[in-house]
Amino acid sequence: MQISRSFKRLIYWELGIPITLLTIGIYHGLMQTVYRAGVLSQASFAHLDYYQGLTLHGVINAIVLTTFFAVAFGHATIAFYFKKEPNKNLGWLSFWLMTVGTALAAWAMLSGKASVLYTFYPPLKAHPFFYLGAALLIVGSWVPLFDWAKMYVNWKKENAQVKTPLAVLGTLVNFTIWFVCTLAVAYEVLVLLLPWAMGWKATVNVTLARTLFWFFGHALVYFWLLPAYIMFYTILPKISGGKLFSDLAGRVALFLFLLFSIPVGVHHQFSDPSISKGIKLFQGLLTYGVAIPSFITAFTIAASLEYAGRKRGAKGLLGFFGKLPYLDSNVYLFAYLICGLFLFIFGGLTGLVNASAQLNNVVHNTAWLPGHFHMTVAGPVFLAIIGMSTYLYSTISGKKVFLPRINVIIPYLWTIGILIFSTGLSWGGLLGEPRRTNLGMTYLNPKSQLFTPEWVPTTLLGLVGGIIMFVAGLLFFIVFFGTILRKKDHEGVLELPVSEALHDEPRIALFDKFKPWLVTMGVILVLAYTPALMNALKNTGPGAPRFTPDNPVPAEIISSTRK
Amino acid sequence: MVKIDKTEKKVVVITGIVLAMFIFSILYARNKYSDLPACIPYDKVYTEPKVTKLDEKTYQVYAVARMWQFQPSQIYIPVGSDVDFYLTSADVVHGFNISEKNINMMAVFGNINKATVKFDKPGVYKITCHEYCGLGHQAMQAEVIVNYPTK
Repeated sequence: MQISRSFKRLIYWELGIPITLLTIGIYHGLMQTVYRAGVLSQASFAHLDYYQGLTLHGVINAIVLTTFFAVAFGHATIAFYFKKEPNKNLGWLSFWLMTVGTALAAWAMLSGKASVLYTFYPPLKAHPFFYLGAALLIVGSWVPLFDWAKMYVNWKKENAQVKTPLAVLGTLVNFTIWFVCTLAVAYEVLVLLLPWAMGWKATVNVTLARTLFWFFGHALVYFWLLPAYIMFYTILPKISGGKLFSDLAGRVALFLFLLFSIPVGVHHQFSDPSISKGIKLFQGLLTYGVAIPSFITAFTIAASLEYAGRKRGAKGLLGFFGKLPYLDSNVYLFAYLICGLFLFIFGGLTGLVNASAQLNNVVHNTAWLPGHFHMTVAGPVFLAIIGMSTYLYSTISGKKVFLPRINVIIPYLWTIGILIFSTGLSWGGLLGEPRRTNLGMTYLNPKSQLFTPEWVPTTLLGLVGGIIMFVAGLLFFIVFFGTILRKKDHEGVLELPVSEALHDEPRIALFDKFKPWLVTMGVILVLAYTPALMNALKNTGPGAPRFTPDNPVPAEIISSTRK
Repeated sequence: MVKIDKTEKKVVVITGIVLAMFIFSILYARNKYSDLPACIPYDKVYTEPKVTKLDEKTYQVYAVARMWQFQPSQIYIPVGSDVDFYLTSADVVHGFNISEKNINMMAVFGNINKATVKFDKPGVYKITCHEYCGLGHQAMQAEVIVNYPTK
């Protein structure tokens, strides 16, 4: 599909800005493993302190990169399938809101005024620009949903009996989940935190803030994951040389995500006070419900790959694994997606562990957690993002990929790095190693009273894995920016591989419309979250004053003594 | 009706059985083994750190987490005692993790958290803060020292 210069430039910037910032994010990923292994026993290095870097790492990699990409990939998907570009003004409005928001937050973090980590739990306070920037980024990402929804409604009018393309359904479901869940964090940031951070409100109800954040925070991971799932269903079967085993399975999975992505957030608060055991258990069981669409996906994609392998001549039960295009640089997206799927096996299994309230007592806030999420967000999500970013840029600009043979091995190198890294962190977590901690200063410092030798091998594995990941990341930057610097080879087009369905499945109205699912989603949300919010309002005591990371004395006492 | 492939049917059944096993285990084990912290409504009395001996084998600790220490920071408990930990924070959110005993709670300002643990083996059990709480977070660790009472 030919697209306008304006649309091309929109996608280029929406991919280029976060990937440029990703250089900082990946640099500090490596640095954390260096600090935590005790190689550095200091609070900061090269003008960036540990917790400042950790904040940059989380915000850039997990919020900025993922949101910009979801918008860019969403634009590309909707435009390609509807053969119509999204509204130009709304597209650029969305871009500028997100970019200005990111710039504000980046300034706050880089100047050391927002070392609060990507969860920004009060009463630790950041500079108001951090909160404002985050709010702008999120509001900017809402805009495309309304444009695409209008395009969808118009398309439906002319195609009432045609199945909505699976990739379009996925994009709309994903952004619906995103819009609903971000309402809570937007309220938290704009109503609870920003006035408090600016000094207009004296206290904040910490449990309420946390509950609203996690209403957003778990659905956030599905917002990250669903673009990768869309690629698994609609792209992977095609580029493996096969077909999608069941298109209907994909639709069922997407609607189950719509129902279960949000009402499970309290599983991040199993260890919190004031939230009742009953609601923790209820949302914990719902979390097992949200595992179902992932099981559906695992089966359906494996079956699709088996079909592809058999078409290429595979024999026997597992022979198909050997007949897939792992190292074919012409279909390099296969490598990125298959490595993501492989990592997600372990990411999903460790996620099931986390969903158990009892096992949570073993793993909560230990290194097990980053071990888990590097096999999910830094697994399929990250690999899908970087693979597809290279693909979209290269096909739209008409430039051939720079160093294609390096490009295809990057995901394998990354996967080896993650496996080593996450093994170290998971093992360390089971031994009580805390997350979000500059271990090198104390727990991994042989000169310190707090030295814990059990964590030496575990942090060493984290360091080795981190170095390998860093090298893979570096190679990606070389490939991506190298491609940008190349000369145009041919006319660029917006082109996405489209998988055909293996079975002839007629359109089922229930799985091709939103209303019944949205209503059910609303009902479950009310049932799951009303008790939790009531707990946060009723069981809690006084709200908390402002604290900055460097001082145990509340901020207003510091400022009043300075008068 | 929708035709469901034979292998898909098998997979749905297997998935259902696996999830049912997990859910059954969680429901069966609740209150039996490591359990969720108890929900305690806020009261000012818990904000003063204190160790109280209720009887020979029962202790009560009002633990207060603050930047960057736990109060009390060294808690002496005789072997075989049950200890109730009531936890709150004097400032930002802190973690409270006695990893060998699977005690894992968040300390939140204006909230009270509670967990009970039986210390049946002597030793020094570390209480580690595992939630980022500012610049001194990596030095925030306390100890429960469990020993046989002197005769």
